[in-house]
Amino acid sequence: MSRSTLDLWVGIFVTIGLGAILFLALKVGNLLTVGNTPGYRLEANFDNIGGLKVRAPVKAAGVVVGRVEDIRLDPKMYVAVVNMRIDQAYTFSKDSIAAINTSGLLGEQYVSVDSGGDTTMLKDGDRIAHTQSAVVIEKLISQFLFDKASAPPAGAKP
Amino acid sequence: MPAGVPGGPRAPYRSPLLPPLDPAAAAVELADVSFAYDARMILKGITMVIPRGKVVAIMGSSGSGKTTILRLIGGQLKPLSGSIRVAGQSVPDLDRDALYELRRKFGMLFQFGALFTDMDVFENIAFPLREHTSLPEELVRDLVLMKLNAVGLRGAAGLMPSELSGGMARRVALARAIALDPMLVMYDEPFAGLDPISLGVVGQLIRRLNQALGITSVIVTHDVYESLKIVDYLYFVSEGRIVAAGTPAEVRASSDPFVRQFIDGEEDGPVPFHYPASSYREALFSDAG
Amino acid sequence: MPADALGMVGNRIRAIGASAIGAIARLGHASRFLIAILVHSPGAFRRLHLTIREIYFAGVLSLVIILVSGLFVGMVLALQGYDVLVRYGSAESLGVLVALSLVREMGPVVAGLLFASRAGSAITAEIGLMKATEQLSAMEMMAVDPLARVVAPRFWGGVISMPLVAALFSTMGVYGGYLVGVRLIGIDAGSFWGQMQSAVDFRQDIVNGIIKSVVFGVAVSLIAVFEGYYSKPTAEGVSSATTRTVVVSSLAILALDFVLTVFMFRGVR
Repeated sequence: MSRSTLDLWVGIFVTIGLGAILFLALKVGNLLTVGNTPGYRLEANFDNIGGLKVRAPVKAAGVVVGRVEDIRLDPKMYVAVVNMRIDQAYTFSKDSIAAINTSGLLGEQYVSVDSGGDTTMLKDGDRIAHTQSAVVIEKLISQFLFDKASAPPAGAKP
Repeated sequence: MPAGVPGGPRAPYRSPLLPPLDPAAAAVELADVSFAYDARMILKGITMVIPRGKVVAIMGSSGSGKTTILRLIGGQLKPLSGSIRVAGQSVPDLDRDALYELRRKFGMLFQFGALFTDMDVFENIAFPLREHTSLPEELVRDLVLMKLNAVGLRGAAGLMPSELSGGMARRVALARAIALDPMLVMYDEPFAGLDPISLGVVGQLIRRLNQALGITSVIVTHDVYESLKIVDYLYFVSEGRIVAAGTPAEVRASSDPFVRQFIDGEEDGPVPFHYPASSYREALFSDAG
Repeated sequence: MPADALGMVGNRIRAIGASAIGAIARLGHASRFLIAILVHSPGAFRRLHLTIREIYFAGVLSLVIILVSGLFVGMVLALQGYDVLVRYGSAESLGVLVALSLVREMGPVVAGLLFASRAGSAITAEIGLMKATEQLSAMEMMAVDPLARVVAPRFWGGVISMPLVAALFSTMGVYGGYLVGVRLIGIDAGSFWGQMQSAVDFRQDIVNGIIKSVVFGVAVSLIAVFEGYYSKPTAEGVSSATTRTVVVSSLAILALDFVLTVFMFRGVR
């Protein structure tokens, strides 16, 4: 095997190997979608974030407009502080509502932002004032039982 | 003088590839060298001198430690005691770099050749030239062809080692051993397994190259006939000791029982026929187990 | 006799202890060997063509078995995965299942095992044979260090080839999963790729998979050259060294995989 043929084959091998890695990164993984698209930061406080995780999507009307970057606990107020990066192209009004929803019945949780009527828009570093915490199943069930128990029953035992 | 080999009988050829050596120093000196492998003593107090420019044979039966002596000279093994000096330098005391420096002045012919099987004949001989010199390719090519011509195999330059016969492989290995014009060439059983014609060829090559290149040759062998034809001096090794030494004439006339057994090929003598065992009668007539 | 039985038990325990100590000593020996190889590596890269040659023999010649195996593994993953997912109505997540299994585990591990048995054993046999025919000795006597000229290029050839081979395996596997999932079974191509893209994270999954394959590459290459270099210079010596390479490499890959997985995928999203 002459040296130039050898070099050719090794070159082909290394190229398709690196190409495979690139394919995996771009087509199979999410390298480009988690890019450095220009964006601005928004903050929101929640009583309970439920199962929200870092890098969960931020959606408005179901369209992904950003990502959750950071989740911390405020040590004084004991609320969850969620930092989000929103795509530069989208702006939301000062009275927007941020809520934590679940995609599907058992899917992963995301932050949904509903813009309001205020003409002033949120800027980089602003905080969304109105938030809705995640639904916690246990609280829902105990609420349901409580309501059921306190409502006048129709022929039910005490 | 074979065609293509430079040099003359008066002024031995000194290769421009090497620095000049002290002409008075003996090539190799071993003084009271002992060596053990695991718990077995292989060499017990070996003392020998190999003068410059001579062909010396180290003879002995298989397993007597002959190859070990070569490895000690080459620095592949360290002795238990005693001193080994090559060109005045104490080999066991050299650090790795100095040892590699010294080895560039050696050539070694391994039993069966030890040619690199992934390269052809030309590449094998060019190997030491390419590794240790920065000569341009045309010069390397010329040197390789010269060496091949000296051993009579210039036409085989393109063959792979697997395509060579035993004798040819041995000759190619010889050409490789002298590629850098060494001062000392060591031959490990160069005659083993060769047909009579190849035997003669290899023997003559060893002698002629020694004269032409002014090198010192050490041959480890048990081939008496060929050795007596070409060497200047012989050492006989048995059970880790030197039991006899002399020129070919002295050896042929020797009355030493070991030398006689060796030369005449007697089956029994100082080297016993029977491997140590219990009494034959006892072994046959005792109960099994 | 009780004394005899005690002696036998004692001998057995002594034998186990001796082989355990022997294994640890061998590990230490191999570590020193690794350092020696690294020290001599600049020589291997100064003569780049040596290393390129070894990448050819280790990587390029393994391509056929890697690509074919990758394809089959991906197809089987899709078949088996579909069978389970469809029971929970999550058949569209097949892409996620196939991709994550391959990129995180199957790619590095299976490709590593295949690489060890094809390239690793070849390297051991080559070096062992060179030792048995005194070629390594000859090189030493010609003042050329066999570590720099024979061992280091083969080591780096293996280390460089392994991640590329693992990536190719995973890629073929994903393609095989696509063939079975979308073309054969009929899952929507959009969901297949879309869900896969959002579930497979570059840093968490792909980079970790690459790190795994690099670690496996170092382990397999080191074991292969070590066994060859220290094999007994006889025919049985070389053959038992070759077998040992495959066995020890495989065990090392699986053990390292466990350790790496614990560190990398602890508490995943």
